[in-house]
Amino acid sequence: MVLATDIQVAQNIGFGIIAAIMVLCAVAVVAARNVVRAALALVMVMAGAAAQYVLLAAEFVAVTQVLVYIGAVMVLFLFGVMLTRAKLGAEAELNNKNWAWGIPVALVMFVVMAWALVDGFEDTRLGGTVGDAAPQDTAVISDLIFKPYVLPFWALSFVLLAAVIGAIVLARKD
Amino acid sequence: MLVNEFLLLGAILFCIGVYGVIARKNAVMVLMSIELILNSVNINLLAFDRLHGGSDGNVFALYIIAVAAAEVGVGLAMVLLIYRNRKSISLDELSEMKG
Amino acid sequence: MFASESEAVVQSAGWFLENAWLIPVMPAVAFFLIIFFGRRMPRGGSEFGIASMVGALVVASGAAYQWINRVSAPHEGEGEALRSVGGFGRAVAAETGEAAAEVVHHVEPVIRQWVWWQSGGTEFSIGQHIDGLAVMALLLVAFISTLVQLYSTEYVNGDRRYTHFFASLTLFSAGMLSMVLAPNMVQLILGWEIMGLCSFMLIGHWWEEHANSRAALKAFFTVRVGDMGLLVGTAMLLAIFGTLDIAGINEMAAAGEFESKSLLMWAAVALFIACIGKSGQFPLHTWLPDAMAGPTPVSSLLHSSTMVVAGVFLVARIYPVFHVGFDINMEGQSVNLIAIIGGITVLVAAGLAFVQNDIKKVLAYSTVSQLGYMMMGLGVGAWTAAVFHIFTHAFFKCCLFLASGSIAHTASHHSFDMKKDMGGLWRKMPITFGTWMISTAALCGVPFFSGFFSKDEIIDSAKHNHYTIFYVVGIIGAFMTTAYMTRATYLTFFGKPRGGAAHFMGVESHDSHDAHAADAHGHDAHGDDHDAHGHADDHHGPAHGRPLPFAPSDSPWKLTLPLLILGVLAIASGYLNAPVFHIEKFHEWLHCSIGIEVPEPPVFAWSAAAPGLALVALGFVVSLFLSKAVLGEGSSPLKGLTQRVAPFRWVHTFLVNKYYLDHLYEKVVVRAVAHPIARAAYWVNQNVLDGLVNAVGIGGKRTGLWVYRNIDQRLVDGAVNGSGVTARGAGGALQPVQSGKVSMYGALLFGAAAVGALVLVLVNS
Repeated sequence: MVLATDIQVAQNIGFGIIAAIMVLCAVAVVAARNVVRAALALVMVMAGAAAQYVLLAAEFVAVTQVLVYIGAVMVLFLFGVMLTRAKLGAEAELNNKNWAWGIPVALVMFVVMAWALVDGFEDTRLGGTVGDAAPQDTAVISDLIFKPYVLPFWALSFVLLAAVIGAIVLARKD
Repeated sequence: MLVNEFLLLGAILFCIGVYGVIARKNAVMVLMSIELILNSVNINLLAFDRLHGGSDGNVFALYIIAVAAAEVGVGLAMVLLIYRNRKSISLDELSEMKG
Repeated sequence: MFASESEAVVQSAGWFLENAWLIPVMPAVAFFLIIFFGRRMPRGGSEFGIASMVGALVVASGAAYQWINRVSAPHEGEGEALRSVGGFGRAVAAETGEAAAEVVHHVEPVIRQWVWWQSGGTEFSIGQHIDGLAVMALLLVAFISTLVQLYSTEYVNGDRRYTHFFASLTLFSAGMLSMVLAPNMVQLILGWEIMGLCSFMLIGHWWEEHANSRAALKAFFTVRVGDMGLLVGTAMLLAIFGTLDIAGINEMAAAGEFESKSLLMWAAVALFIACIGKSGQFPLHTWLPDAMAGPTPVSSLLHSSTMVVAGVFLVARIYPVFHVGFDINMEGQSVNLIAIIGGITVLVAAGLAFVQNDIKKVLAYSTVSQLGYMMMGLGVGAWTAAVFHIFTHAFFKCCLFLASGSIAHTASHHSFDMKKDMGGLWRKMPITFGTWMISTAALCGVPFFSGFFSKDEIIDSAKHNHYTIFYVVGIIGAFMTTAYMTRATYLTFFGKPRGGAAHFMGVESHDSHDAHAADAHGHDAHGDDHDAHGHADDHHGPAHGRPLPFAPSDSPWKLTLPLLILGVLAIASGYLNAPVFHIEKFHEWLHCSIGIEVPEPPVFAWSAAAPGLALVALGFVVSLFLSKAVLGEGSSPLKGLTQRVAPFRWVHTFLVNKYYLDHLYEKVVVRAVAHPIARAAYWVNQNVLDGLVNAVGIGGKRTGLWVYRNIDQRLVDGAVNGSGVTARGAGGALQPVQSGKVSMYGALLFGAAAVGALVLVLVNS
C-alpha cells in the first residue's frame, strides 16, 4: 500500500532519466565500434553513477567517484587506448568470433537477478526521503575508516603500493 | 523511492558488463566492461546502505573505488606489456592456456 | 585553548621566535628545488642547499637573540601572569647559592600549532615549540649544516651523485630541525624518521661498493629496532596522559598527574630504547662505526654532531617523563637505566677506540663514548651539563671529522688508514693540524677548552648527586679518551710518513711495504674501507710511487674555512657556561626547558676537578710513551707485545672483534631465534607430518590391496572398461572448451554462475 504523499515524483523522474542515460551509454560501451567512443560512453556511465550516489545521499562517494573514476581512471584508459595504437575510426574486429555467447549468458543472468530482486524486496522503500535527506557526515565515514575498518584500509594501502610498483615493473621498457 | 529501482539498475549494468567481458576482443574494452561491473556493485552497496542506515556501505564503496583504480593501473600495464611483445592486444590471440 | 594562549605569548615574543617554524621549512623547500632543478643549476643544486641553510641560520640566530632577550628581560608581574594562565613547566623557586641571588623567573615557551590533519574528533597538529633547548638545537644544527655543506662542495666535487648528495643533506637538515621544534610527539616521530631515511641514503651514497650498502642497511635496521620503542613509547604516553603535546606531557609528568607509575616507567623504557638505537648507546652501538662508510661530511654532520644526539635530545626534551619514570635523583637511588647504559657506553666505546686503525672509526667510537657521557649526565640529573655537552661536542667532534676528511682528501689518497697512509703530516698541513689539536684538547677535557667545561660538569654532578659509580666511570672514561686520542694523533701527525702521506710529503718511503708487514698485527681488514668516490680512481693504482701533482700544502679554503671556524668555537663555545669564571649563561637560558626540578649544579672547585685532570694528564703521558715505543721508529721491547704475551693478545683480539657483539647479533641472536623455529618446523615436518603421511599411505596401500583383490578385479573391471570409453569420448567432446581463450572462459564462468543462481532461486522459491 503506497500513499500518494510518499511518492517522490521529482526524484523518480530524475532517477528515470539518469538511469536511462546510464543504460544507453553502458550499451554503447559494449557495442561501440570505436574504442575512444566507448571510453567516452563509459565516462557518461560513471557520471550517471555519481548522480545516483547523490540521490542516495552519499555525496562523499559521489565526489570521489568523479575525482577517481572520471578524473584518473578514464585518463588511464585513454592513455591505454593511445599507447596501444587503437585507430580513432571504426574498427572492424572489436568483438570475438563467438561474441554471441554473451547475449544468452547476460540475459539469463539478468532474468535470474531481476526475479530474485523483485521477489525479495517487492516494494520495500528506502529509509527516509530520498534525495532531500541530510547529507552523510564525512566525519562519520572517516571515523569508520580509521576505527572499525582500519585493517582493510591498511590492506588496501598495501594493494595500492603493490599496484604502483607492479605497474612500473610491468610497463618499464627494459 | 523503491530499493528495487536502484538494484535493478545495478543488475542491468552488471549484465551489460558481463556481456562486454565475454564479447569484446580488445583488452582495453574488456577492462572497461569490468569497470561497469564494479560500478554496478557500488550502486548496490550504496542502495543497501541507504536502506539500512549507517555509513558502512559508503566505506565499502570507497574501498572498491580504490581497488578499481589499482586494478586499472595494473591491468593497463599488463596490456601495454602484451602489446609491446605481440604488437596486438587482441585476446583471441592469447591462448597459452590452451588445454 | 592553545590558540588564545599562544596568541598572548606570541605578542610578547619577537618576530623570529614567532616564526621559527620557517627554519625547517626553508631546507624542505630547498630539497624539492634541488630534486627538480638541481641538475640544471651551474653548481649542481648545492647553491639551494647552502642558501637555505644560511637562511635557516639567520632565522635561528635571530630566534636565539630574541630568546636571550626574553629570558633576561625584566619580568616582574609578567612571569606571574603567565604562570597563572596555566603555563607549562614549573616555576623554579628561588635558588640558593651565590650564582643566582635574584628570583629566577620562569619563561614561557613560544608554542604555535596548526591542525595538520584530523579524523573525526581527533586532531593532529604541526607547529613549533620554541624554548631554550629548541633554540640551542636549532642554532647548532643550522650552523653545522651550513659549514658542512660548504665543506662538501669541495669534498664531493665531481661526484656522479653530487646533486643527490646535497638533496639528502638538505632533507636531513629539514628533518632534524622539524624534530627539534616539534610541539608534539607526532611531529617528533616524523622528523626522527626523516633523519633515519637520510642517514640510510647518505651512508650508502657510494653504494656500488658492497661494504657501503651493507653498512647502510645495518645502520637502518639497527636504528629501526630502536624506533619500535619510540612508537610503542609514544602510544603509551598517549594512553597515560591522553595527549601528545610535549608541553602537556612534561607538565603532567612533573606534577604527577597520572594513574600508574609503573606504566610511566615502561613508557620511559620504551622511549629510551629508541634513544639507545638512535644515539648508538651500548647494546645497539654497532651501527655507528660502520656508518663511517659514508662520505666524511656525512659522518661529520649526521654521525657525530647532530643526528646521533637526537636520542639524547629526546631524553632532554621530555625529561620529566624519564626523571619521574626512572626515579632519578630520588633519595637513596644510586643507579638507573639511563645512567647505567650511558656509563657502560662510555667505557665500552672508549676501549674499542684503542684498536682501530681507521681514523674515522676512532672518531666514531669516540662519538659513541661521548654520547654515553651525555646520557650518563641526564641519568644523574645533570640536565644542563648534558645538554651543554651536546652543544660543545658538536663543534669539536665535527671539527675532528672534517680534519680527518681534509687529511684524506688532500694527503692520503682518500685512505683513512692511520697506520698505512698517514704519519708526519703536521709539518705540511698546519691548519688541519692546529684545528685537530684544539679539538682533541677539547675532547679530552683539557682545562679552558670547551669540552672541559661540559664534561667536567657531568662528572662533577655525578659525584655531587651521589652517583659515585658514575663519577668513577666518568674519570676513567676521561683517561681512556685522552689515551686513544693521543695514539690517534701520534699515528696521524707524527712519526714517519707512510704510504699515501709519504707521497704527499714528497718522501719516498721504500720501507713502507715492510712497515705494512711489520704492523700486520691488529689490522682487522679495514684497508678496503677507503672512500672511493668519483675521482678517487685518479690517485689509485698507477699513481702509486710518484709525488702528487696537486695540493702543495694544506687543503683548499673550502675545507679549511669550516675547520678554522669550528676550531675557534671548540674553544669559545665552552665559555657560555664556565663555572670556573662563574659564567652560567647557558643554564640561565635553558633551565626553563627542564620542566622539573633537578639538583643545583655543584659549585666548581679545582680540587673536585683534580682527579679527573690528573687522569687526563696520566693518559696523555702513558699513551704517548706507548705510542712512541710501539708505533714509532726504533726498536723497543714493547713492539709486538700483543703478539708475544698471551693476555695482551687475548684482550687485543677481544677488542678487535668489538667484544663479539656483531657475532652475538648475527650468529647467536639470529640463530637462537631463527634456528629453533626452523628446527622445530623440520622436526614437525619429519616426524609428525611424515608419520601421518606414511600412516595414511600404509593404510591406503592396504585398503587398496584389499579393494584391488576383492572389488576391482572382480566387480569394477568391467565397469571401468566401459567408463573409460565414455570418459575418452567426453574428454574429446569437451576439448574445444579448453581453448585457452579468455573470453570463452569468461562466458563459461558467468554462464555457470547464472545457472547456479537460477537453481538457487528455483530451490528457494
